[in-house]
Amino acid sequence: MSNKDIKLVQLPSPNFVPERDKDKPLMLEVSHLGIDFGGLTAVNEFNIGISPTEIAGLIGPNGAGKTTVFNLLTKVYEPTRGTILLDGKDTHGMNTIQVNQAGIARTFQNIRLFDKLTVEDNVKIGLHNSIKYHMPTGVFRLPKYWKEEKKAHDKAMELLSIFDMQDMAGYIAGSLPYGAQRRLEIVRALATGPKLLLLDEPAAGMNPSETSELMENIEKIRDEFKIAILLIEHDMNLVMGVCESIAVLNFGEIIAKGTPNDIQNNPKVIEAYLGSGSINGGEKEGTLPDSSDASKPDAEQMSTGHLASPDAMIGGRKEES
Amino acid sequence: MKRFSKQTRSAFINYGIIIIFFIVFQTLSATGSLGSSLKGQLIPICAYIIMALSLNLVVGISGELSLGHAGFMSVGAFTGVVVANSLSGTVTNGTLRLILALIIGAFVAAIAGIVIGIPVLRLRGDYLAIVTLAFGEIIKNVLNCLYVGLDDKGLHFSLKDEPSLHLNPGGRTILSGPMGALGITKLSTFFIGIVLILLVLFYIQNFVNSRPGRAIAAIRDNRIAAEACGIPVTKYKLMAFVTSAAMAGSAGALYALNYSTVVPKKFDFNTSILILVFVVLGGIGNLRGSIIAAALLTVLPELLRQFQDYRMLVYAIVLILVMLITNNEKAMVFIRSRIKKLYKLTRKEGV
Repeated sequence: MSNKDIKLVQLPSPNFVPERDKDKPLMLEVSHLGIDFGGLTAVNEFNIGISPTEIAGLIGPNGAGKTTVFNLLTKVYEPTRGTILLDGKDTHGMNTIQVNQAGIARTFQNIRLFDKLTVEDNVKIGLHNSIKYHMPTGVFRLPKYWKEEKKAHDKAMELLSIFDMQDMAGYIAGSLPYGAQRRLEIVRALATGPKLLLLDEPAAGMNPSETSELMENIEKIRDEFKIAILLIEHDMNLVMGVCESIAVLNFGEIIAKGTPNDIQNNPKVIEAYLGSGSINGGEKEGTLPDSSDASKPDAEQMSTGHLASPDAMIGGRKEES
Repeated sequence: MKRFSKQTRSAFINYGIIIIFFIVFQTLSATGSLGSSLKGQLIPICAYIIMALSLNLVVGISGELSLGHAGFMSVGAFTGVVVANSLSGTVTNGTLRLILALIIGAFVAAIAGIVIGIPVLRLRGDYLAIVTLAFGEIIKNVLNCLYVGLDDKGLHFSLKDEPSLHLNPGGRTILSGPMGALGITKLSTFFIGIVLILLVLFYIQNFVNSRPGRAIAAIRDNRIAAEACGIPVTKYKLMAFVTSAAMAGSAGALYALNYSTVVPKKFDFNTSILILVFVVLGGIGNLRGSIIAAALLTVLPELLRQFQDYRMLVYAIVLILVMLITNNEKAMVFIRSRIKKLYKLTRKEGV
């Protein structure tokens, strides 16, 4: 497990960010976010702050509400409570389309590509709002059409080259192997020109070598595009390796926040993933992580006995800064 | 770049098919070797090809189901008749009057498309099918009791009966309820029909391979992902639907101005379904298939005249057989191998 030397800085607001971004305004500031489905509270008191170039992780057992948080951020669901500030702007009242245009792009847990279209067209659809011509220009093939389409083609190829997918540009998206489909979804999301990229289980279905390649690429994307990334992932190698800060969600509420190191040592997290019963030799049903990778490091950490409460963690971080 | 040329080639093959179709039938009818029944079918074939192409834009490319396309056709048809009739004094050139009728027919049908599309296309699911089905019936019934008359004061409308039009002496009735439009001057020509098909083809093929066309295909493939890519879903669905309605309207005007009388009953649910059959049989989203299916299925009932009372039964059986065969891989492999063999045989003979 690669644990880089990450320092988080406490802001005046109850958020903390990587040290390099401490003077910049937050890219995403979510406070008291919550949603009820009928009588069921799916997400409650969700607070998170992400700085402009941070790679943040959101983890938690199955059914914890991680994807619901993404759906709230992208306004697939309208939040019942709370505010979402994107680059200082409240997204209240916006719909999915407007949120995307404001700067949030996402990928989906169950891949949602435009299956019958080519890889290149998928990316060009991501570029839709940056291609500047209207219907008559397209129908009558005016010079502007050719100019803009050429530009879109070049841009699509440039984006595909992040994952070395230029050769696949003419393939039908639905016929690609699973890993390539996931990568194409990321490219398409990037094509919309986001300030914040939400990745929902980007490594699901990838083999270990693909995953480690993806980790490099996530960092490359952040460095090249200068954007913030929030990712949901069950592959702990990826989460611990690439994320600078991690939030852990369980039953719709954040139970811990901190650096990868803090999270691995947090008893609440260990309990959420392994169940409190494991201390007594039994297992609590439904709280086991679904990735076997995930349980190992946590179990190791547990045996070291280094346990700290989330509050203590944040206090500790204060001292660091 | 290779992909581009492939699309362009396919587009030009479609134009070629239409032009060859025109040349062949024009020469046949000029030399008089074309049967009168088939000759009378040429303009309806053009109209139905346009209908099939326009419905393909909704069903194949935008992925919505419209069951009332004949409604737009009838709106265009009767608007076209009224326009052509009321301009008969001012615009003496028949072709010009036909073009005006086609344009205004398309325009009014587009307005009907907007009126239906705006509320319905905001919804998710198959509501469009239900509403267009209702629209087709409503339009048919409204036209069934619509009276339009023309006198020196202009157009008069009534939903009651002919006398309530209160026409001045010398005025004439253009539409008379269930009797439809009587005494239409035949303006449609095969040439204009072919030009209209080419225009519609040109529009759809270029539209599909441009920014809005891609957006519409994206919405069809995955609406949620399209929204997440920042594509205004309702706007593009409406664009496809209204364009399609306008094309259907012009096809209706072309169709109506080919006959001396047209009744509203002609554009009923069966006609809507017939057009949908063209699209499905030709392959959803396949423009060339729509053209061929529309042409063949319009002629087929005439060709089956020898079966007399059993005509529609045979027609249905032919439809079922075609669907079964085209969807059966083994049958298609068999047919292809036969065609190849035949091709080789003819080549050998040629040597």
